[in-house]
Amino acid sequence: MLKIDGLSKHYSTVKAVDDVSLEIPTGQMVGIIGRSGAGKSTLLRLINRLADPTGGALSCDGVDVTALTGRDLRQWRSRCAMIFQQFNLVNRLDVITNVLIGRVGHRPTLSTLVKKFTVAERALAIQALHRLDMDVQALQRAETLSGGQQQRVAIARALMQEPQILLADEPIASLDPRNATRVMEALQTINREDGITVMVNLHHLDTAQEYCDRIIGMAAGRVVFDGQAKDLTASLAREIYGQESEDAGIAELPDIPVSAPIPKPAAAVAVAGA
Amino acid sequence: MSGIVVSAPPISSGDAVADFERNRLALIRARRSKEILFAFLFAAMFVFSVIVGEVNIATLVEGVPGFFNYISDTIPPIRADSVVADVREWYWAFPKWLMLLFDTVVIAFLGTFIGTVGALVFCFAGSRNLVSSGWVYFIARRLTEIARAVPELVYAMIFVFAFGLGPLPGVLAIAVHSAGALGKLFAEVNENVDMGTVEGVRASGGNWFQIIRLAVIPQVLPNYLSYALLRFEINVRSAAVIGFVGAGGVGQELMFVIRQFVYTDVSALVLMIIVTVSLIDMSCEKLRHRFIPEQQTA
Ligand SMILES: Nc1ncnc2c1ncn2[C@@H]1O[C@H](COP(=O)(O)OP(=O)(O)OP(=O)(O)O)[C@@H](O)[C@H]1O
Ligand SMILES: [Mg+2]
Repeated sequence: MLKIDGLSKHYSTVKAVDDVSLEIPTGQMVGIIGRSGAGKSTLLRLINRLADPTGGALSCDGVDVTALTGRDLRQWRSRCAMIFQQFNLVNRLDVITNVLIGRVGHRPTLSTLVKKFTVAERALAIQALHRLDMDVQALQRAETLSGGQQQRVAIARALMQEPQILLADEPIASLDPRNATRVMEALQTINREDGITVMVNLHHLDTAQEYCDRIIGMAAGRVVFDGQAKDLTASLAREIYGQESEDAGIAELPDIPVSAPIPKPAAAVAVAGA
Repeated sequence: MSGIVVSAPPISSGDAVADFERNRLALIRARRSKEILFAFLFAAMFVFSVIVGEVNIATLVEGVPGFFNYISDTIPPIRADSVVADVREWYWAFPKWLMLLFDTVVIAFLGTFIGTVGALVFCFAGSRNLVSSGWVYFIARRLTEIARAVPELVYAMIFVFAFGLGPLPGVLAIAVHSAGALGKLFAEVNENVDMGTVEGVRASGGNWFQIIRLAVIPQVLPNYLSYALLRFEINVRSAAVIGFVGAGGVGQELMFVIRQFVYTDVSALVLMIIVTVSLIDMSCEKLRHRFIPEQQTA
C-alpha cells in the first residue's frame, strides 16, 4: 500500500502539488484527471522521486520513501516504474537494449556500462516484448518505430523493472485512438494479471472511466475528487476541468451521479474504429 | 472546383491586407535602422583596428614585391629537357622529409587522441544538465577554459623547456589544448541532449554512470567523433607549426632550412605540407559527413 500524507511541491510562486493525502491499495488501477497545470505530472514525479517534495510524507509498505537517498532511492525508482507521454526511449539504441535498460537497478553498474546482460534477462525482455506484440521489432532502432510502438516498448521496459507500481504520465496523449486503446489495454492487463498497482494520468474522462477502478480529480495541486467513475457529477467535472471541460468530453455528464458508465460520444467511437 | 463558393467579406479582408502591409513596412523600417547601426559600428571598429594595428597601406604595397621575390627565390629552376633530374635535385632529401612529415601526422594523431580522452573526462562534469553540484560544474568548466586559452605554441615552448627537444612535448602541447577545446564542444553537445531520454533511464533506477552511458553517449557519440576528426585536421597544421619551437616533426626541419636560407628546401617542404594537410582535410571531411548524415539534410 502506498500512503501519501500531506504531500506538497511548491515552486517559487506555484503550488504544483498542495497537501495531497491518498492511500493507494496494492493492485488498484487509479486514473488521475485534471486540467493542464493541475499537478498530475508533478504528483507522479514526486512518487517516483524524480522530484523532491517540499513538504509531507510518502511511504510504501511502511518504508518512508521521502527519506531514501543514494542506492536505496534508485532501488525505489526501479520498483516504481514510470512511463511518459513522450516515451523517453533511447532513440539510437535498438528496442531490446531499450527494454534491458529496465534492468539497470538489478545489475552491477559495470556490466550495464558495457551493455552486458544475461541470457535469462534477454529472454525476459523478449517475453515482455512478446506480451506487447513488439517482439518482431526487437532489433530495430527505437527511433524507427511509430509512437504507439514506442510506448509499448516503454511499457516493456517498465515491466523489466519488475515493479510494484507503474506510473504512467499521459501515456496516450501523443497517440492516435487505435494505439491509445492498445496502450490502455496493455496497462489494464498488467494491472489485472500481474497485480501491479497502476497510476495513470489521463486528460480524457472517458478513458479514465473505461479503464480505472478509481478516479482522482486534481485542480490547482489539490485533490478535489476521489471515488469511482459513477460518482462523478457534471458540476464536479466542470470544477476539475474548468475552461477545458469541452475538450475533455464531459458535456454529456448528468448533474446527478449515474451508476451506469457514460456512453462514449459517437464521434469518438467513429474515430476509434477508423 | 464546383460546389463550394468561398466569398470573403471584402471590407474586413481589405483591412487585414492594409494592416499587414503597414506592419510589414514598420518591421522593415525597424530592421533597416538596426542594420545601419551595425554597419556603422563595424566601420568604426575597422578604422579603429587599422589605426591601433598600425596598418600602413604604403608599407603593405612596398612589401608586396619582396613577398613575391621570396617565393620565386625558393622555387628552383625546372627545365623542360631535364624535368626528372631537376625535381630529383629539388627533393634531394625526400625520404627523410617524408619521415618527418609522418612524424608530424603521428604527433597530431596522438595529441588528438589523448586530448579527446581528456575532454571525455571533463565534459560530463562540465555540462549544466548532467551535474547537480554547481562546484563540480564550475571547476570542470574553468579547467577546460585554462587548457584551451593557452595556444599550442606556448604549451610547446614550455614542454620543450621541460622535456627537451623532440616529439613528446609536441604531443603533450596538442593534447592539452585539444582537451580544452574539445571539452567545451563536447559539453555543449551534452547540454543539447534530449532530457526525456535521461529522465527515462533515471526513472528506471539508473545511477549517474548508467545515465551517461545509456542515455547520453548514444545521443552524442556521432557529434563527438565529428568534432574529434575536425580537431585532428586542425592539429595536423598545428603540429607542423609547433615544430618551429623544437617540438619535433617537419616543422623543426622547416625552421632549420629557413634559418639557413636553403631556399629550395623551403619550397619543397612547404609544398609537401600543403599537399598532406589538404589530403587529410578532404578525407576527414568525408568521414565526418558519414558520421552525421542527418546534418546534411537538416
Ligand atoms: N520545474 C518546475 N518549475 C516551476 N514550476 C513548475 C515546474 N514543474 C511544474 N511546474 C508548475 O507546476 C504546476 C503543475 O504542473 P504539472 O506539470 O504537474 O501539471 P499537469 O497537471 O501535469 O499538467 P499537463 O496536463 O499540462 O501535463 C504548473 O503550474 C507548472 O507550471
Ligand atoms: Mg503533465
